[in-house]
Amino acid sequence: MTIDIDHDRDIDHDRTDAAAGTDRAEAPGAPSAGGAAVALRNVSVTFGRHQVVRDVTLDLAPKQVTALVGPSGCGKTTILRTINRLHDDTGGKVSGQVVVGDLDVYARDTRPELVRSRVGMVFQRPNPFPTMSIYDNVVAGLRLNGVRTKKVLREAAEAALHHAALWDLVKDRLHAPALRLSGGQQQRLCIARALAVEPEVLLMDEPCSALDPIATAKIEELITHLASEVTIGLVTHNMFQATRVSHVTAVFLLGEDRATGELVEVGPTTEIFEHPADPRTAAYVSGQVG
Amino acid sequence: MTVTAPPAPGAEEFTEPIGVRRRLVRQRARRSLVRRRLVSRGAVVVCALALAASLAPLVGLVAYTVGRGWHVLSGAFLTHEPTPPGVPGGGIANAIVGSVVLVALGAAMAVPVGVAAALFLLERRGRIAGALRFGADVLTGVPSIAIGIVAYGLLIAPGGLLSLGHYSGLSGSVALAVLMLPIVVRASESAMAAVPSELREAGLALGVRRSRVMRSVVLRSALPGLVTGNLLAVARAVGETAPLLFTAIGSQLFALNPLQPVAAMPLVIYNDGTQPFPAAQQIAWGTALVLLALVLVLSVAARAVAAFLNRRAR
Repeated sequence: MTIDIDHDRDIDHDRTDAAAGTDRAEAPGAPSAGGAAVALRNVSVTFGRHQVVRDVTLDLAPKQVTALVGPSGCGKTTILRTINRLHDDTGGKVSGQVVVGDLDVYARDTRPELVRSRVGMVFQRPNPFPTMSIYDNVVAGLRLNGVRTKKVLREAAEAALHHAALWDLVKDRLHAPALRLSGGQQQRLCIARALAVEPEVLLMDEPCSALDPIATAKIEELITHLASEVTIGLVTHNMFQATRVSHVTAVFLLGEDRATGELVEVGPTTEIFEHPADPRTAAYVSGQVG
Repeated sequence: MTVTAPPAPGAEEFTEPIGVRRRLVRQRARRSLVRRRLVSRGAVVVCALALAASLAPLVGLVAYTVGRGWHVLSGAFLTHEPTPPGVPGGGIANAIVGSVVLVALGAAMAVPVGVAAALFLLERRGRIAGALRFGADVLTGVPSIAIGIVAYGLLIAPGGLLSLGHYSGLSGSVALAVLMLPIVVRASESAMAAVPSELREAGLALGVRRSRVMRSVVLRSALPGLVTGNLLAVARAVGETAPLLFTAIGSQLFALNPLQPVAAMPLVIYNDGTQPFPAAQQIAWGTALVLLALVLVLSVAARAVAAFLNRRAR
């Protein structure tokens, strides 16, 4: 449980630098994210004839929180969903390369199930399985992945609920229906459910947008805490949230054509908010925050 | 290592890092994935076969009807009236027009009532609405032959409550309307229920009268679904035979007066198809094909209109 604070200084600020990663990853049989937990290389996503987001090259540094910020419709969520291949089911066509650890996500022989067991996801609205108890929700991913040993399930559930800061609240009613929890608690349950599968990467798609400020604060605290152990990709509309919890911020804006999203700038969060290199970032950040 | 509340008294702090079970979980997942992939492929095959089995009767039915009825079709078949028995040729123009008249009259009765009833169900959630909804469901299941005989008893048989004393197209339309009504109600209700309540509330919050919100927001937003549901109800009714056997009875003449017996395609199929003469049977097959085509056109039209309205709304 080491926190590699220095790591965020290694982030590729410059997209031409980052493109060098493509060469590395092209070495046959040995895809690599370099030092990153997740590496996106020239990723574009197209729905039908509409290109939603174009040519994104971005690293998620290990055990760091990378915030994806930007206005609505500029492809933040779309990019996040390329990492665990959720576009397989949405009809979006993904081009470019995504590497998680040593796994080439879009290689022909890569099973999406294996990607997703390494990359967990938490959604905008809390979505616990409504027919399951708290306990069954937490172990759902394990059970459905073939873990049957009662002891393992119980220990994993307890650990996951601890990590989601929910254990003390629910330990006496693990078999109560999940929907009896409050919204914020449900969202933490969903975090526990994702953590129980032991992912290296956790994707969070505006996890607080449906929650009140107190529940939001708890989730943010949790994100900060979890970042010491897993890599987190966080989509957020809330600039303050990005400054509060993220180490690295990636700014997405609509491109020249006003139709396709682009990654404008990425860097350490303090840099992005205090000394943005790109004038578009400066305008966006100051307009929203100042 | 909980983040929020400090550990409860007596509880030990939790220090297990994330990832201690990672190898185990990955191993199990990888192992079970092989099995699950096989099961998954098998399940896809089974579902595909089930789909094929569900479509086979439809495809077979259409193919057989086309095969038997195709050579009967001609311009004359569609535009001429029937010839007397023994005279070759003749067509079903009267039955086509009769079917259209019967169903149009029936829809004119069922659609306004059904949509209004659906609005009531939607707006008044309560015991009465629940009972009415249940009633509509029951009505969906009432055998069409029962609707037919009741229509006969009330509207045609001597001594019936509203009896004309003879067979009539109008009584057939009433029977068809009763048949369509529950379909119209449920289809309209689900189309309007799909309109987000936020839209309704947005209208109400502007101080707009409830009836006006219903008309300009709910009905307007639900229009594509309403059209689809009602056209499907019409498609269902145009092929019904049983309610017409007792009521419109059929006619050899080009009769448009709904107070007189009116011809209809299902009746032609029923009457001619069971006769021992090849000429009559051919007419039945040709009519079956025309009827099938009409139902197909209505179903496609239902989707096309909905798609058009949806597109225009954007």
